[in-house]
Amino acid sequence: MTEPIVSVRNVSRRYPGGVTAVDNVSIDIAQNEFFALLGPSGCGKTTLLRMISGLDTPSEGQIFIGGEDMAFTPPNKRPTNMVFQSYAVFPHMTVRKNVEYGLKVTGVAADEAAARAIEALEMVKLAHLADRKPDQMSGGQRQRVALARALVKRPKVLLLDEPLSALDAKLRDDMRLELTRLQKEVGITFIIVTHDQDEALSMATRIAVMEKGAIRQVATPQELYEHPTSRFVADFIGKVNLFDGEVVSQKGRSVVVNAKGLGRMTLTTDATCGKNIAIAVRPEKLKLQKTEPKTAGLVKVAATVRDVAYFGDWSEVVADLADGQHVSVNVQNDRRDAASAVNRGDKIWVNWQASDSLVITE
Amino acid sequence: MAKQLEPGTGPLEFGKRKWLRSLFAVTLLVLYVPIFVLIAFSFNIQNRGGVWRGFTLENYSKAWNNNAIYDAMINSLTIAFVSTIFATIIGTMVAVLLWRFKFPFKPAYEGAMALPIVIPEICMGVALLMFFQSTGMLQFFSNTVWPFNLGTIIIAHIAFCFPFVAVVVRSRLVGFNKQLEEASRDLGANEWQTFTQILIPFMMPGLIAGALLAFTLSLDDFVITFFTSGPETVTFPVKIYSMVKTGVKYEVNAASTVLILITLLATVIAMKLQSPEKAGH
Repeated sequence: MTEPIVSVRNVSRRYPGGVTAVDNVSIDIAQNEFFALLGPSGCGKTTLLRMISGLDTPSEGQIFIGGEDMAFTPPNKRPTNMVFQSYAVFPHMTVRKNVEYGLKVTGVAADEAAARAIEALEMVKLAHLADRKPDQMSGGQRQRVALARALVKRPKVLLLDEPLSALDAKLRDDMRLELTRLQKEVGITFIIVTHDQDEALSMATRIAVMEKGAIRQVATPQELYEHPTSRFVADFIGKVNLFDGEVVSQKGRSVVVNAKGLGRMTLTTDATCGKNIAIAVRPEKLKLQKTEPKTAGLVKVAATVRDVAYFGDWSEVVADLADGQHVSVNVQNDRRDAASAVNRGDKIWVNWQASDSLVITE
Repeated sequence: MAKQLEPGTGPLEFGKRKWLRSLFAVTLLVLYVPIFVLIAFSFNIQNRGGVWRGFTLENYSKAWNNNAIYDAMINSLTIAFVSTIFATIIGTMVAVLLWRFKFPFKPAYEGAMALPIVIPEICMGVALLMFFQSTGMLQFFSNTVWPFNLGTIIIAHIAFCFPFVAVVVRSRLVGFNKQLEEASRDLGANEWQTFTQILIPFMMPGLIAGALLAFTLSLDDFVITFFTSGPETVTFPVKIYSMVKTGVKYEVNAASTVLILITLLATVIAMKLQSPEKAGH
């Protein structure tokens, strides 16, 4: 890896009164990455972003941007720009003035500022609205103004705080594509804060999952989804069926587990297991059928359908096991009569490939 | 008693209720009829009985040529103008301070700042007089040339006007999105640029409203002015009072009408200035 553009070293942020918002976090973010900080609300992801921007300062630890220690650099001197959750578009200025603002206050000549502002507005497809006031614009348009205003500064790092949370569903999808397009086009590092796993999975090249101020896992979206290292991450990213299990024996990568409700099975893992582990399997990896499957290499368990939630292209089937646990199974409605095939109270067999189940040690 | 609503009216359409309308009419009457009478009689031919004798502009020329009224008016306007500027600056500073910072004894400070609003004017007048006398300021300012001889009055007016500005500006600031300030800093502006280019434009409607309030308060103040003026200086309200004591002459009406016009004009200008700056988000 080349030198990281943003390097966070053992950073903590404590508030008077004993609240720790960010707890000893270290991450390196490479040039041109689309990096997501993902976590539930109150996990410290926004605080971390604000510390990178300089709007908040770490209680301990260091933040390097472009190799330089930012400890004594105020926000206006940092090579970062932020897109705020509320957009924070200046209400008393036109769109053009908003975009020019960041250039003018730093002494860029008026004609150069004007040219760059139009260029940035063209990039977000708003050049035709340059002389509007923000209160004559929709939420999506104001967001684009905020984006143009940040990009016009040509920062090394663009920080986005929950950029899609205030948009309606359709607009959110458009903006998601727009952001990935922009990131490729301008070739700068994006760091996005979000609580929405779909947003993070679909846009980011790498994701850091945060919980209670600490980073739980940093990985690519696929790695995070298919190989979560902890219950928290497995549960937070997508849906998951978790079964408690006891390790009977481990030989190299092969581990024999006695799973609650499922019985004894042999799984593979890279981790060294303690006594108690969890077995995670995603709902879409599960199959269900009316008769007991005979194929080898399957994990199978009898269940009773408790509920079927219909989503059009797929249905979520929740089924109770004999011992009171329940599993979620995603069924693709790939035939028009598929949805009516499973009904509440049906006796079914849930099964999946043993290799699709994952051993979680934390 | 559940009264049936008239068809086509909502339960909250109070404007359709007759008793409310008549209450509204009476209020308007009591408020504005005396003022309209005052204005009307400023055009009346001079007499003693208070009856309409006919239209004239003579009262205005008399008032204009009455040096005492003229000087008093100029004094009042000067005092109002100067004290408004200072009261607006100080009041805004107090508002920003109270809005932005947390510090020990803040509620006490806040209360102390608002004191001139609630303290009886007579007490404030006496206190200021004693202060000016014991420090020798009254003596000092009285012996200077115009407009410095208005010094004690101006100081007193600033003291009782700035809390009003602070209250108005503070309530405007409550609606300020602090992310605007952060965005400005993030975009490369220093604190001063952020203050002048983001915060002040946002406060502007509050500043104008506060300044206007200070201006009108200062212009028509009688009690505090009466106590803090030097022996030679007379302001418009004080002058009117002394003239009224010897019987109302219509010159007083004429001068008062001018005062009303000035205040109205200032209000209209202030509203015009505010209108393009609609409430920020």
